[in-house]
Amino acid sequence: MTDIATRATRVVATTGGRSRHNGGGPRAGTIAAFLLPFFLPFVLFYLVPIAYAVWQSFLVVRRTGGQYGTSYTAFGGFEQYVQVFQNTEFWSSIGRIGLFGIVQVPVMLFVALIIALLLDTPLLKLKGFFRITAFMPYAVPGVIAAIMWSFLYSPQLSPLVDLLKAIGLQPDFLGPGAVLWSAANVSTWLWTGYNMLIMFSALQAIPQELYEAAKLDGASNWAIAWRIKVPIIAPSIILTTVFSIIGTLQLYAEPAVLRQISSNISSTFTPNMLAYAVASGNNYQQAAAISVVIAVITFVLSFGFMRLTSKRAGL
Amino acid sequence: MSNQTPTRESRVSRTAAMALMFLLAIYFLLPLYFLIVAATKPQGDLASTFGLTFSHFDLFKNLDTLFSRSDGIFGRWALNSVIYAVLGAAVGTLISALCGYALAKFKFRGREFLFSVILGGVLVPTTALALPLFLLFSATGIVNTYLAVFLPSIVSPFGVYLARIFTAAAVPEEILESARLDGAGEFRTFFSVALKLLTPSLVTIFLFQFVGIWNNFFLPMVMLQKESLFPITLGLYQWNGQTARAPLLQESVITGSLVSIVPVIILFILLQRFWRTGLASGSIK
Repeated sequence: MTDIATRATRVVATTGGRSRHNGGGPRAGTIAAFLLPFFLPFVLFYLVPIAYAVWQSFLVVRRTGGQYGTSYTAFGGFEQYVQVFQNTEFWSSIGRIGLFGIVQVPVMLFVALIIALLLDTPLLKLKGFFRITAFMPYAVPGVIAAIMWSFLYSPQLSPLVDLLKAIGLQPDFLGPGAVLWSAANVSTWLWTGYNMLIMFSALQAIPQELYEAAKLDGASNWAIAWRIKVPIIAPSIILTTVFSIIGTLQLYAEPAVLRQISSNISSTFTPNMLAYAVASGNNYQQAAAISVVIAVITFVLSFGFMRLTSKRAGL
Repeated sequence: MSNQTPTRESRVSRTAAMALMFLLAIYFLLPLYFLIVAATKPQGDLASTFGLTFSHFDLFKNLDTLFSRSDGIFGRWALNSVIYAVLGAAVGTLISALCGYALAKFKFRGREFLFSVILGGVLVPTTALALPLFLLFSATGIVNTYLAVFLPSIVSPFGVYLARIFTAAAVPEEILESARLDGAGEFRTFFSVALKLLTPSLVTIFLFQFVGIWNNFFLPMVMLQKESLFPITLGLYQWNGQTARAPLLQESVITGSLVSIVPVIILFILLQRFWRTGLASGSIK
């Protein structure tokens, strides 16, 4: 009933609009002139490279007559993908960032949520200071953040190592077991404030009246935060999770910088580093297949997560 | 009794909340503070003195070394970063605004389809694009030029998404109608009426894209071999990799890191409100 009504008004609105400025608004040429400045580079530098990578990933380089024969490129079907899935380095890089993502993303988003909720209560003073401090790392490029932290991890320079040694510990931030978490810390430092600000902006948009009733009933700030605010900003939390999943799968700069000071990071530490290493060895088809697999995993995880959470939350 | 509980609860929670926030503030500020201290020290003091306390104040000498190293290559990198980020974000914002405005205000067939393609673009990992782009660019010969980094940087699907939302919210149909009735063409209407209403939103879009390009590392690393074209991130990464062989570079890496982040941090603090509007609308989705 209401559906029909809204549809009817929409039809009236569009047809009404049409007859007003004769023949349906601006001409097709004008519309194209607005769209093309973006769509031309979008097609050239986004869609064409994607298509090109997919096409390349189905090619193989073969040689005629042994190792020194001339090479030629041929269609290889899923050959490159079979190679990707048989590559143990690929699986260990996936395992590494899988572990990274399962731990780092929830920790970071939980901290971000706590800060956002605290900034939205009357409990805090100096709110502006805390907000800026948390958001400030977003201004720092990933490479430079990793360089800064690598000094704080370095056994020769780090004041943190000095302090921990003074209380009798022997920290090794760059050791084989620790280095993944040292990289995770750099990502957490960089992105907590950004995610916090997304959640905080959503909190600020909630009308105060929604809490009034709960406050009159004597609900604590804590109860209001978890029972009312968090469910309302669930879409923002989902959005930050999706952004974080995408970011984790793309991980490159932080481990690449830590690799400069730690032998415990291989050149194939993350899937992206693996793709780059393979491409540097001139095996572009294999690198393309790896990139495609990373992109597909990214899509499946982000859409999967959105579907799963929106179903459960009934959004 | 029932009157006392909330006050006691809030006093305890107030203290706990402040303590937690101070700890987090220390965490966020620590690397920056360390960098400031380290940038003022002579190279010799880096390892021999405690990292969180000042020793000899050599900041100006360090800055001098930084900017004179390899014929002033650091200044060149800084300039390159500014060119890539400011120019790229300016062009990117303009084309995003045009496209987002058209998607919000013009009715045409395929509009929703185009918009969903753009939204799909938001989810594409940009690092996955860099390698195929390199191959395409090397076929056309623009690899290892300014254009190789600049051209892909102007495309921001997220910018178009924001521009559409902002236009729908900030540009009322009636104003466009009256401009059209006055005989203004669509471009006149856009540039003289809509752009004015959109200015705060455009600043937000510009900032997001500026930071994206400023922080970009993978694309320039794949595209550029010529040092004189590097942005700061790539240049410092390269220096950092050479410190094992040339330990004296370390002080320049530290001072260079500080020099490259301070202006952007100041810009951030000055333009704070624009981030919040952008991130708020990003989360409405």
